[in-house]
Amino acid sequence: MTDNKITVAGMERRDFLVTAGAGVVALMAAALVPGRAFAKPEDAEKLIAEYTGGKSVSEGRVTLQLPQIAENGNTVPVTVEVDSPMSANDFVKKIHIISEGNPTPYVATFNLTPMTGKAEVSARMRMARTQNVVALAEMSDGSFYAAKQQIKVTIGGCGG
Amino acid sequence: MAKKPRVKVPDSAKKGEIIQVKTLFSHNMETGLRKDKKTGKVIPRKIINKFECLFNGKEIFSADIHPAVAANPYFAFNCRAEESGEFTFKWTEDGGKVVTATRKMKVS
Repeated sequence: MTDNKITVAGMERRDFLVTAGAGVVALMAAALVPGRAFAKPEDAEKLIAEYTGGKSVSEGRVTLQLPQIAENGNTVPVTVEVDSPMSANDFVKKIHIISEGNPTPYVATFNLTPMTGKAEVSARMRMARTQNVVALAEMSDGSFYAAKQQIKVTIGGCGG
Repeated sequence: MAKKPRVKVPDSAKKGEIIQVKTLFSHNMETGLRKDKKTGKVIPRKIINKFECLFNGKEIFSADIHPAVAANPYFAFNCRAEESGEFTFKWTEDGGKVVTATRKMKVS
């Protein structure tokens, strides 16, 4: 009776170890196989060049407001403000938001008009990991201004 | 698609005043990058890809949206009150479905 019990216990332990081992292998495979590709800063630069058509980008006039640390990358508030009178002859045409560390650098493009009155836009974005975010403003005279900020992301927010 | 969108604009404003407009649309904004845990298949992308705000038929503000915009897309922007009229808000989903909302504003 006693021997029998020990055997049973041993088998259970072995079964458990095999199952656990398989579980670890499965987890490792899951971590490796999808191999999510993130955008690199170069991809963001390419996108900026696409938006500007190769024109030079100046610093200043654009204020990018982001939290320094985002605990949840699923929804991160972002506000962009551009210093502009927003008159019929001098206004901000577009504000682009560009990510350096998401699966793609595209985030959003806001199209403004003189009727917007004030060049300030707020939205919420996803962030897969710690990265730089760029706000690029296109003025009605064809010039470009940009601001960049780093944001630390604790839990990424691009699914899985 | 989704429930009723939420829009916040003042009922009335003074001429020349800059007012703030806030909009929120309940939508899960499926990125097209997630996989179904059971089948392992990629869940197809379905997001709101365009948001527009018009006043008396003229565009004031619009947004071209990519999957990196968070679920339940929220936008806050401004508008210069020049005349009384009606705001039209339009959200376009992948596949072309459009949801609209309207709000009246009196300008004195």
